[in-house]
Amino acid sequence: MPDIQILKERERQIHQKGSGNFAMACEQKSLAGAVSQRACVFCGSRVVLYPIADALHLVHGPVGCAAYTWDIRGSLSSGPQLHRLSFSTDLQEKDVIFGAEPKLYMALTELIDAYQPKAAFVYATCIVGLIGDDVEAVCKRVALEKGIPVLAVHSEGFKGTKKDGYQAACDAIGRLVGTRSTENISPFSINILGDFNLAGEIWMIKKYYAEMGIQVVATITGDGRVDDICRAHGAKLNVVQCSGSMTKLAEHMKEKYGIPYIKVSYFGLEDMADALYKVAQHFPDKNIQTRAEDIVRREVKEILPELKRYRTALTGKKAAIYVGGAFKAFSLVRALRLLGIKTVLAGSQTGNPKDYKQLKDLCDEGTIIIDDANPLELSKFVKEKDVDLLIGGVKERPIAYKLGLGFCDHNHERKEALAGFVGMKNFAQEVYSSIMSPVWKFAPRRGGEYVSRA
Amino acid sequence: MSVALKNHYVSTRNACKLCTPLGATLVFKGIEGAMSLLHGSQGCSTYIRRYLISHFREPVDIASSNFSEETAVFGGGKNFATALQNIVAQYHPSLVGIATTCLSETIGEDVPGMIRSITAEFFKQGPVLVHVSTPSYTGTHAEGFWAATRAVVERLGGKSRLGNRGGQINIFPGICSPADLRLLKEIAADFGLYAVILPDYSKTLDGPSWSDYHPLPAGGTPIEDITSMGWSLGSLTLGRVACVNIGKTAGEFLRSGFDVRHYPLGMPIGVQETDELMQTFEIVSGVHIPEKYLLERGQLVDALTDGHKYVFEKKAFVYGEEDLVLGIATFLSEIGITPVLCASGAKSGNFKRLLDERIPLLKGKIEVADGEDFAGIAERAQRLQPDIMIGNSKGYSIARDLKIPLVRIGFPVHDRIGSQRIQHYGYRGALALYDRIVNALLEAKQDDSSVGYSYL
Repeated sequence: MPDIQILKERERQIHQKGSGNFAMACEQKSLAGAVSQRACVFCGSRVVLYPIADALHLVHGPVGCAAYTWDIRGSLSSGPQLHRLSFSTDLQEKDVIFGAEPKLYMALTELIDAYQPKAAFVYATCIVGLIGDDVEAVCKRVALEKGIPVLAVHSEGFKGTKKDGYQAACDAIGRLVGTRSTENISPFSINILGDFNLAGEIWMIKKYYAEMGIQVVATITGDGRVDDICRAHGAKLNVVQCSGSMTKLAEHMKEKYGIPYIKVSYFGLEDMADALYKVAQHFPDKNIQTRAEDIVRREVKEILPELKRYRTALTGKKAAIYVGGAFKAFSLVRALRLLGIKTVLAGSQTGNPKDYKQLKDLCDEGTIIIDDANPLELSKFVKEKDVDLLIGGVKERPIAYKLGLGFCDHNHERKEALAGFVGMKNFAQEVYSSIMSPVWKFAPRRGGEYVSRA
Repeated sequence: MSVALKNHYVSTRNACKLCTPLGATLVFKGIEGAMSLLHGSQGCSTYIRRYLISHFREPVDIASSNFSEETAVFGGGKNFATALQNIVAQYHPSLVGIATTCLSETIGEDVPGMIRSITAEFFKQGPVLVHVSTPSYTGTHAEGFWAATRAVVERLGGKSRLGNRGGQINIFPGICSPADLRLLKEIAADFGLYAVILPDYSKTLDGPSWSDYHPLPAGGTPIEDITSMGWSLGSLTLGRVACVNIGKTAGEFLRSGFDVRHYPLGMPIGVQETDELMQTFEIVSGVHIPEKYLLERGQLVDALTDGHKYVFEKKAFVYGEEDLVLGIATFLSEIGITPVLCASGAKSGNFKRLLDERIPLLKGKIEVADGEDFAGIAERAQRLQPDIMIGNSKGYSIARDLKIPLVRIGFPVHDRIGSQRIQHYGYRGALALYDRIVNALLEAKQDDSSVGYSYL
C-alpha cells in the first residue's frame, strides 16, 4: 500500500500539537472530492429537531432524505413515538416541473388529521428552493386551518454546512418558545438544551436535577414536547450541552427573555460533577449546592471501584476521537484519561477556532488535532499513532474494525447510555470490552495472519 | 387483486424504497479500482455511505462535489473538476462513476459536457469517467442500479475484445448479496465458463481484515473484463421488473450492438427460477448440469418435503424491491406458503402482471401493492393477518407489533450481523431461506405453546 497523502487544501485543517504555530483552519465548506464525514444542512436540522416526540416531522423533497433519516437516532420518548416515523412528500418529476406546493399542502393536512401532532416541522431539502415552492406560505395556511404551529425549517442541503442546519433548527424552536403561559414554574428552574436522550440519558440527568430541587421546564430536544418548549422562556437558566448545536438558541433566549446560559457536559465523572456544581452555583439556595455535593459523592463512590478495575487493564492504551461536535471531544479526552488511556488524535466535524484551541490545550504533546477529516486521513493517523481504540460513529466504525482496533460508538445512533455517572461506567465497560476482546489477536495488524507450514 | 387503500395518502410514510443514486453507487462499488462521485450536496454521499455501511459493515467511500449556494446558481463545473482532481490524488482510481442527484439534475447540469472538457484538459491518461443520470425524483434505488449497470456497459462494454477469455459469460445479477455473487461465479466456473459479473461487489463489500487501509478495496469486476463483454457467449440478466423500467438494459445493448445473445431471467430464487438459470447455463456452455447441483437440488426438494406441513397455507407478507419480491413470492408459491401481500415502494407498472404470469396458481390470492410504504403495509396487515414477514429489516416494527416472525433478507438489514452472507440465489439459497422460514414459524409456534415440547 502506498502511503496516504494529505490533500494540500486540507493541510491547514490538521495540526500536531507541538509542531509550530497553531492556526487551524475550520468552519469552512468541505472540500469537493475529499470524502468528508459530514452530512449537510438538512442533517443538522433533522438531528436536532428529531427527538421532539409529539411533533410531525415532514421532509419536503424526494424520498431519500426522509428514508435515510427514518428512526435514525437512539432518542427515546417517555410518551408519543411520532418522531420515529418518517414522512416525506416524495417528490416526483411532475412535482419538480410544476411545483410541489399543492402536494405539500395535501400531505401536511392529511398527516396532521391522521396523527394529531402538537406542531409540525417542514424540512425544505435541496430542490425545494430551486423549484420555487413557498414553504412558508403553505405552513402559514395550514397552521391557521389546523390551529397548531407549523414551522418551515430552511434546511436545503447545499446552503451551508451541518452547522447552518443547527441554526435553522434553533430558529424553528425559537419560534415556539414564548407562546405559552409560564405559570407554576419554580424560581429554581432550568431548561436542558442539547441533550437528545440517547438511551434514556436525559432521564438520568433529570433525576439528578430533581434531587437537587431544580425543576426542569423543557428538555430541548431529548424526550421533547412541544408544549414544554412553548413555555421554556419561564425557566431561570439554560443549561447547554452539545454547544455546537444549541448555543444559538441559548443566545436567542438570553437576548429576548434575559435567560442566562451555561455550557456543560454530562460525559465523564469530572464533567458530570462540574455540570451539577455549575447549575447549583447559579441559584442562591445553599441547599442546592449541598445536595449536588451529596449526589456527586454518592455516585462517584459507587462507580470508582469499578472504574479502577477497568483502569488497571486499560492503562497505557491509545485512543483516537472523531466526533461531530468538539465539545464532546473535550469530555472524551478527560474521560479516557480517567481510564488511563491517552488521546493521540482528536477531531470533529464542526469545531470552531476556540474549540480547537481548547482541545489542543487539553491534549498531550504530539496529539493530532483535525477538522472535517475523511476516512483516509483517519486511517493514516490511526495507523501512524498505533491506536488501540477509535471513538466515532457508524461511518468511522469500519475504519477501526478493518484495521483491527477497538471501537466505541459515541454518535447519535448508539443504544448505550454514556452520559451521567452511570454513563461513565457504561463507557468504561464498552471501551474495555472492545479493546480487551481476544479477537484482535487474529487481526493482520496485530500479527494474526495465517502461518504456513508448507 | 390490487386493492387501493381506503385512506390513500399523498405523503410517503416510512418509505419502502430508497433514492436512485444509492443504486448507482452500489454498482460502482462492484468495479475493480472504481470510486463513486455524487454530483450534488455533501449530505447525499454521507447518507448513502452510512446506509450502505450499516448493511455491509465495510468501508464505503463515496465522494461528493459538495454544492454550495453559489454552485447551485452558477453551476457545478468548478466543483466537479475539483472533486475529480481530489479523488484522483487520494484514491488513484481506474474508473470514477459519476451519479447525479436531484439537485444537479434540477439545475440542469451538463455532466457529459463537463466530462468531455475535463478529459481534454486534465485526464487524457486519467481514470475512465462514467456518468449515469440518477435524479432521485424518478424511480428508486433499483432503477438507479440498473441505469448505472447499463451506463458502464454502454461506455465500456464493446471497447476491446482483447480482454476476452473465451468461454466468457456476462451476468447482470441485480441487487443481491455478496454471497449470491460468489455463488453465480462458482456455478459459471462449474459449467466451464468465465463469468463477467457486473457489478461484482462480492469482495469489495465482504472483504478480509487489513494491515493497511485500502483506499479502494480489492475485488470488483476488472475493467478489461467489462471492455470485452461485447464478445462474450451470452448475457444473463437476473431480474424481470426494474431493469425493464429504465428502457434498454445492458444485456439488450450488447445484443443489439454486438450480437451477444441475451437471456432475460428472473432472480434465481427457488426451484423453478434456479432450474431456468441452470438450463440457460447448459445452453450457453453446452455442458450438462454438474452432478453437484443435481445433488443440491435433490437435497433442497428433500428438505421441502420434510417441512411441508409446517408451512402449508401460511400467510406471508413479502416486501422490498420488486424483483426480489417476485422471486421470493415465486419460491413461496412452490412451498405452499401464500404471499398474501407483495409490496414494494417501487412502481414499475409491471409488477402485478409479472406476479400473475409467474405464479398463475395464486392468481387472485395475492394482494399486490406497488408504490406502497411501510405505514400502508402495516395497515394492510390489520386486514390480512399475516403469519410471517419476509423482507428487509425495515419491516421489523410491524412484525414486532403483530408478534410474528420476520425473516430478514435482501437490503437493507441494519439490525443483524452477516447481511453480506445471506444467500438467496440458487438451490443453496433456496435451502437456506427455507430453513430460516420454516424454523421461524416453528420457533414462533414453540414459543407460544404452553407445553414447551422438545420434538416436532
